[in-house]
Amino acid sequence: MEYFVELFFSGLTRGAIYALIALGYTMVYGIIGLINFAHGEIYMIGAFTALIAATVLSLFNLPLPALLFLSLAAAVIWASAYGYTIERVAYRPLRGAPRLSPLISAIGMSIFLQNYVLLAQTPDFIPFPALIPEFAALEPYAGVVGSSDLVILLSTALIMLLLSLFIKFTRTGKAMRATAQDRTMAALVGINVNRIIAATFVVGSALAAVGGLLIASHVGQINCFIGFIAGIKAFTAAVLGGIGSIPGAVLGSLILGLTESFATGYVSSDYEDVFAFSLLVLILIFRPAGLLGKTSTEKV
Amino acid sequence: MAAPNVRLTWGDTGRALLTSLWFVFLTFPFLAVKINPAEQTVLWRWPNLIHVAVTTFLLSLAACLYRQYREARLDRKTEDDLPVGHNPLHLLWTRPGVRLPLLAGASAIALVFPLLFSTYQTNIMITALLYVMLGLGLNIVVGVAGLLDLGYVAFYAVGAYSYALLNLHFGIGFWTALPLGALLAALFGILLGFPVLRLRGDYLAIVTLGFGEIIRLILENWNDFSHGPSGIANIPRPGFFGLDLSLEGSITYLYYLMLGLVLFTVFVVNRLQNSRIGRAWFALREDEIACQAMGIDKTRTKLTAFALGATWAGMAGVIFAAKTTFINPASFTFLESAIILCIVVLGGMGSIIGVILAALLLILLPEYLRPLADYRMLAFGTVLVAMMVFRPRGLISPVRRTYTVRGRTISDEPA
Repeated sequence: MEYFVELFFSGLTRGAIYALIALGYTMVYGIIGLINFAHGEIYMIGAFTALIAATVLSLFNLPLPALLFLSLAAAVIWASAYGYTIERVAYRPLRGAPRLSPLISAIGMSIFLQNYVLLAQTPDFIPFPALIPEFAALEPYAGVVGSSDLVILLSTALIMLLLSLFIKFTRTGKAMRATAQDRTMAALVGINVNRIIAATFVVGSALAAVGGLLIASHVGQINCFIGFIAGIKAFTAAVLGGIGSIPGAVLGSLILGLTESFATGYVSSDYEDVFAFSLLVLILIFRPAGLLGKTSTEKV
Repeated sequence: MAAPNVRLTWGDTGRALLTSLWFVFLTFPFLAVKINPAEQTVLWRWPNLIHVAVTTFLLSLAACLYRQYREARLDRKTEDDLPVGHNPLHLLWTRPGVRLPLLAGASAIALVFPLLFSTYQTNIMITALLYVMLGLGLNIVVGVAGLLDLGYVAFYAVGAYSYALLNLHFGIGFWTALPLGALLAALFGILLGFPVLRLRGDYLAIVTLGFGEIIRLILENWNDFSHGPSGIANIPRPGFFGLDLSLEGSITYLYYLMLGLVLFTVFVVNRLQNSRIGRAWFALREDEIACQAMGIDKTRTKLTAFALGATWAGMAGVIFAAKTTFINPASFTFLESAIILCIVVLGGMGSIIGVILAALLLILLPEYLRPLADYRMLAFGTVLVAMMVFRPRGLISPVRRTYTVRGRTISDEPA
């Protein structure tokens, strides 16, 4: 039973991280219908920036909370900047091009970013400092749920809440929903569509950066290739929940996280990634619209 | 052709300056800082930022000039504004008296290559030809039929492993394995194609990517079947009528074999493109719904493209196994698929000569410019983005066939 609870919590933690990345996919897809292949790389950039910031700042002997806060800020700022720049350089010139063009461009961007970090820093796995503090109150339950699990779950829940408030009530959030519904119409009522699309990339990248910092601190090591697998899995989660739907992305992520956790715990850990990919293939074949997505028919 | 009126204003320079500052900010944590996490030390590399600043400043000025040049050209609407396929390279190609000597020269070089150069060079050339074959195969799927297949390397792996395993367990030779590997890869193509080809383009890309990864992960983890990450060694090279060849001799032999196969591929692909099914592929790429309305069986057409593309990958896989005599799953990662995709995109989707040139360029260049080899993947990523933004039709745009009906020329170029 204890093993079950442990797997359950580790699955939830995984799911929470996937959710932070999947939201970026789903928001971008909802607004411009593009699978932003480079999104996993943004998550990697976020984690790397946090690591670099933490290492530089630790030279100044800052206390742990300040270190955590400042590296988080750095990760969010730089990841958003990268997300914005990618949109400007690789996607904006291709609006209105055939569907395959932005997708190939996105794959190119993803390969570029991976190798950029590889050449600029290192291709090896490097240790990531434990930025999330250990709570003494959780000591008796250490075997079941760790402090970082709890922090990840709580902060993800908080971020989801803030995000839904942002989408629902702010001016930018409303403009995002309008643009997602109908881009031409949104432009006609005076929404600066290009700026809204850029804002979507920035918000998605910031969420991925938070995810990057949390998971890196949880796992304890990163390299420049972590974005690829994480990106595909988060995409799987987004598709599972119904791409374009924000609650769907969260639901899909939690289901994927739990599935992976139980499958590796009870079946075999060798095939961890195979489970996720098989799930993706199965959903796309049997329910391409996802759990919460609407089936759309194409009109000519 | 007179140069259009292009000039730089102070505003442009200011914008370029801002852009370069933005990129300095962007690259600051990665290029200016180098961390050593083991010793908790930081190495500062300030000169890198100056390089970034200067490079991005110049690039952004160049981009500004390019934009003005293009706008000026579009305004004038002169004979420069010809339909696709009339770029300088293509004009040179169609000029009488150029094509034949060029082809003759290329084939002469190709024929005497192993006699002139060392075994090492020949080996590199075999690899390049292998990629030409892979590029031409993927070109059927991506370039001609417009299905973005990101798991192409899976079929390559199927070919390589089918030769290695059939040889290991049943002692089957190269010549039997070549068609068998191709057949097995085609079978896998159909197996994957059946369920996924109903999906829209971008979903198809992700599913094929997932499929490629599944194949690699199975090969890596199923030790009893595939010998796991340690791979399979001592795969025999192709035999030459039972003769025992020296290492040098067998590499030369493999080179000619590869050359023959590439010519065969070019012949088949060329014939296919002009066939009924080839025209159906082009139509499918341009507009799926219109294509269906014209009575083309969408699923069957897509499936043929998938299976035929996989066939070439399977054959290339068998040759790859025979060439290296050792295979393991590490040779079949997503990056391999990305390289092949890069070849197709750079060459111009659907253009045979373009794909051949792009494969030779992308494989030979990093081999001969060793110091730049580290930047290979970085360059591939840049090529993919830059091609999509600046020249979506590739270096050598494919020329649509024109059909003559009772003296009138009907071009199937979209109006």
